[in-house]
Amino acid sequence: MRLLAIALTTITVLGTACGGGDTGAGDTATSSAGVDLTGAGATFPQPIYNKWFHDYAAATGVQINYQSIGSGGGIRQFSEGTVDFGASDGPMSDEEMTRTRHGAALHFPTVLGAVVMTYNLATVAQPLRLTGEVIGDIYMKKITKWNDSRIAALNPSVPLPNTDIIVVHRSDGSGTTYVFTDYLSSASPAWAQSAGGPGRGKEVNWPVGLGGQGNEGVSGQVKQTPGSIGYVELAYAKQNRLPTAHIQNKAGEFVEPTIASITAASEGVIAALPPDTDYRVSIVNGPGAGTYPISSFTWLLVYKTPPDAAKAKKLVDFMRWMYTTGQQSAAALDYAPLPAALAQRLTERLSTIALTTTP
Amino acid sequence: MTEVALPAPEPGESSPPEGAATLGGRSAGDIVYRTLTTAFAVAIPVLLGFITFEVVAAAWPALRVFGFGFLTSSVWDPVRNQFGAAPMIYGTIVSSILALVLAAPLALGVAIFLSEFCPRWLRRPLAFFVDLLAAIPSVVYGLWGIFFLLPLLREKVMPFLATTLGLGSTPFFSGPAYGNSMLAAAVILAIMILPYISAVAREVLMAVPRSQREAALAMGATKWEMIRDAVVPYARTGILGGVILGLGRALGETMAVTMLIGNRHEISASLFAPGYTLASVIANEFAEATTVLHTAALMACGAVLLVVTLVVNAIARWLVWSVGREPRS
Repeated sequence: MRLLAIALTTITVLGTACGGGDTGAGDTATSSAGVDLTGAGATFPQPIYNKWFHDYAAATGVQINYQSIGSGGGIRQFSEGTVDFGASDGPMSDEEMTRTRHGAALHFPTVLGAVVMTYNLATVAQPLRLTGEVIGDIYMKKITKWNDSRIAALNPSVPLPNTDIIVVHRSDGSGTTYVFTDYLSSASPAWAQSAGGPGRGKEVNWPVGLGGQGNEGVSGQVKQTPGSIGYVELAYAKQNRLPTAHIQNKAGEFVEPTIASITAASEGVIAALPPDTDYRVSIVNGPGAGTYPISSFTWLLVYKTPPDAAKAKKLVDFMRWMYTTGQQSAAALDYAPLPAALAQRLTERLSTIALTTTP
Repeated sequence: MTEVALPAPEPGESSPPEGAATLGGRSAGDIVYRTLTTAFAVAIPVLLGFITFEVVAAAWPALRVFGFGFLTSSVWDPVRNQFGAAPMIYGTIVSSILALVLAAPLALGVAIFLSEFCPRWLRRPLAFFVDLLAAIPSVVYGLWGIFFLLPLLREKVMPFLATTLGLGSTPFFSGPAYGNSMLAAAVILAIMILPYISAVAREVLMAVPRSQREAALAMGATKWEMIRDAVVPYARTGILGGVILGLGRALGETMAVTMLIGNRHEISASLFAPGYTLASVIANEFAEATTVLHTAALMACGAVLLVVTLVVNAIARWLVWSVGREPRS
């Protein structure tokens, strides 16, 4: 038994060492017979990814199987090399980047999403106006009443009730929470980890509030509880017609979350990026007029030198399609498309993926 | 390799069952059948051993860093990699015990009615409906809880307890009524474990010998006295086994509790305050946990839950076994 194992290992090692070209050719032969790509990760972009994979299969016959198991699971499976690509709502950390099985990982932004503040105030008809600092203080228990002078100052002539603010947050780890806390870390001085605040993460140590599971858990809680406030994804809020607050951006404007204001949010940030950026960038609280500040990319994770050249080629072909044809279907599903210039830059970046298997 | 080796010593070590002996020796089929069933039986404890080993091994990084403090600390901060499970341990045990306090008397009442008072034609359908409660998926209970139970608790039950009964001044019923709370979790758990307890209790009560009842009645007992003094005491160990089985179920219940308990890492004496359970935190955070320590801390929660559940189930098994062993008197 042991002898056999040693013999097998030797053969495998020899095979990988000197037969690289041969195995590559073998794989091409099998995969052209219809072996599809598999990916796993973020739940937030699942609707648009499913549409893309469906449309792409209809156009080219290439089947892509995507499992929305969450960003954390996506990063884990991608790092272990059990899927051809990963997907995440938050960029991988430097530590995670060192633990990948097949070497360097590349982040490719696919679409933009936003997090909106929703609330339950029967007396308030027009959209509430909030700033990052005020939201931070509400979520840190420093502002506890709706008629607090700081909320009233932002919303003159709005009849704010003298009731407790019931804070709702996500209880499950999620990219939505990551984007929301990333924004607060940037816009609320006290929230940042360096200032002793909760910091940013897919889960944080919430100073106050009830935990709801998923977007539906948070919105259900907010809908049912008078005087509550919570955060959900834009697509979810739009489809369920939830009231959403206008948030003050860096330029001082109160901006409604829309497809246009979210796409705008990435433009200012992207213009300032160096040419060799790895795109692990946060676009919250970005500069520029008309930008909605709680916006974020969602990423596909791809290896720079994928282990299987044939699959890598299929993936790159798909991503090229995604940056052109695919982007046009984003808005219909309430995702913001990437700015055209960025899509162009990312398409060019696809050529940095090694399509020949080199050990 | 080990699976093949295990059944080998069996044939020499024990005598064949009586049935097999009267059939005159063993056929090849008997041996195969015996080997197979033995392998299946052995597989269960082996599997349990593997699960325990895997969970503890995966939890080890967290247990090594936090040690005993993992059980006593209330801080759960994934950003700073600080993890303590005290609120979850507290929440798991309190919500389950509370659920038992609510469900056990109700379940016993149902069982006594079904076994003692219920007309024969009504017994089967009624028992069927009670058992059906156990077939409803946990997430459906959770949704029902969100849309029906929470508003009811928030608008009616909690104000009634706090104001009308004047319990609001005690620490157990103080604070604002959000709905999502330890109380909500306990109520939903009580409904979910009720069929388990009542099914076991019903079977045990119906197994009480007729002579027991007749003796009580012959002594001049009323029906109530007969049930109280003769039937229930006779079945008491079995009923207790059912109750502990329900407790085991309540400890591990995840989905419905996660949807209703409010998921807050905090120990509060008030039943109106949100809490957390071990199973809920795993369900909530495992998918998105990426750092080694965070994943390990969640696995450590699993290990703690496993230990609690194993102990409870062992007690239940022992009680059920001891009642079955009692000689019929």
